Amino acid sequence: MKINLLVFGIARDILGYAQHEMSIQSDMRIQDLKHKLSEEYPDFKKLAKFDIAVNQEYQEDSFVLSERDEVAIIPPVSGG
Amino acid sequence: MKDRNLTKEEYQRYSRHIILPHLGVQGQTKLKAAKILVVGAGGLGIPVLLYLAAAGVGELGIVDFDLVEFSNLQRQVIYKTEDVGKSKAQLAAKFVKEQNPLVQVNEYECWLDSNNALEILGDYDLIVDGTDNFPTRYLLNDAAVLLDMPYIYGSIFRFEGQVSVFNFNGGPHYRDLFPEPPAPELVPNCSEGGVLGVLPGMVGSMQALEALKVVTGVGEVLSGKLLTIDTLTNMYRSFRFGKRKDQPPITELIDYQQFCSPNHPLEEITSISALELKKWETTDKQYQLIDVREPYEFEIVNLGGDLFPKAKIDQYLDKIKRDIPVVVHCRSGKRSEEVIRHLKSEHAFDNLVNLEGGILAYATDVDPQLTVY
Repeated sequence: MKINLLVFGIARDILGYAQHEMSIQSDMRIQDLKHKLSEEYPDFKKLAKFDIAVNQEYQEDSFVLSERDEVAIIPPVSGG
Repeated sequence: MKDRNLTKEEYQRYSRHIILPHLGVQGQTKLKAAKILVVGAGGLGIPVLLYLAAAGVGELGIVDFDLVEFSNLQRQVIYKTEDVGKSKAQLAAKFVKEQNPLVQVNEYECWLDSNNALEILGDYDLIVDGTDNFPTRYLLNDAAVLLDMPYIYGSIFRFEGQVSVFNFNGGPHYRDLFPEPPAPELVPNCSEGGVLGVLPGMVGSMQALEALKVVTGVGEVLSGKLLTIDTLTNMYRSFRFGKRKDQPPITELIDYQQFCSPNHPLEEITSISALELKKWETTDKQYQLIDVREPYEFEIVNLGGDLFPKAKIDQYLDKIKRDIPVVVHCRSGKRSEEVIRHLKSEHAFDNLVNLEGGILAYATDVDPQLTVY
C-alpha cells in the first residue's frame, strides 16, 4: 500500500525529500516505519525520540498505518 | 499597583482594539494588567515585543544577553547598522519605551539558566519564547510547568516555522511534543542552517497573536496543536497532540546543557590562534586544516582547508588524519569546537586543534583582505 510522507526540518536533509509517496507493507506500524527509515538512513536514528503525526494528529508508535495516510515527520527545530 | 481602569489617553491609543466586538474595554483592560516575559530579543522576540508593546501590555520583560551582530540586521529589523556591538536588551527596551511610553519595561541582560529562571519568570503571567537553542527551550518549558504559566513557543529553521502554546489550562507542553532533543551534531542554528529574513517576522507575529488571545480570552488558543509553516510551498498545517503517557513529571530544573549534549562531556580542547596558524603555514610543519562550515560559506571565503561540513562530519572520518595535528575551523570557532568534542568522545581523535575565533579571527589578525560575513 502507499502512504504520503511529509518531511520537515532537518529530516528533509536526512531523507532527501520534503514530500514522498512511499510503498509499504500493509499493517505497518509507526515503529516499523521508523525502523525502516533508520535502516536506510542511519542519521534518522539520531533524531531521537519523537512522534509521528498521521492525518494531522500525533499517534503512538503502535499505531497501524492505512492506505493513503498522510504521515508527517516533524523533528524539533531550534532557531530564533 | 497601577490603576486598572483605562485613561482617556488609553481609550484613544487603543480605540481600534476597544471597538473590536470580542475584545472591547474588557480585553484592553486585561492587556493593561498583563505581565509578559519575552525571552530573546532576536528574530522572533522583536516582532513579539513590538506588537505586544503597541497593543498595550502593561508590563514587558526582555531577556537577552547578546550584542547586535552585523549578520543580525538581515532579520532583526529594529536594530540599525550603527547598533552593531550594542546590547540587544537595552536597544529593544528603548525602542519599546519610545513606541509606547505607557508600557513598563524591565530589562534582563543575563543568560537565563536553572539558577535564575524561576525567580525571573515568577514575576510574570506568561512567557514568550524567542530563543535560539534547545537547552533554553527545555528550561523555559520546565520552568513554565513548575510555575503553572502558559508558554508561547515559536521556532524557525531555514524556510520553516513552528508555533504552539504549551501548558495552557493544563494542556500539553514541549516535552509532550519533543521529549528529547536531537543529537547536537544534527542541529544547525541560524548561523549554520541559514534563515529567511521574513520568517521570524511571521512566526514572532503569530506568537504575539497567541499571547494576546491567552491574555484577553478572545478566540481559540493554539493549545494541543503544533502549527507548521513552510514558506516555500505556502503549506500551513496544524497537527494535534496530547499529553504523553510515559512523560515523567517535572519536579525541578536540571542542567539543560548536559541534557541536550549528554555524550559530550566538557573536556579540555587544544586551540591555536590565527597568528600561530600563520606561522605553521610559513614553516614546513605537517598538519591538516579542515573546514566544518557549509559549502555555501566555503564559497564566500575559505582558508583552503578540506571542506567537511559539521552536519555530515561522520562521513569524512577516514579523511581526517590521525598521525599529524589537525586544525579544525569554522566561522567563529564555535562549531569547530563542537565538532572536536564529538570527534574526541565518539571517535577517539586526540590530535585535533581548534582555530580560536575561526575565520573571523584569521581575517582580523592575519589577512584583512578576506571577506567576513
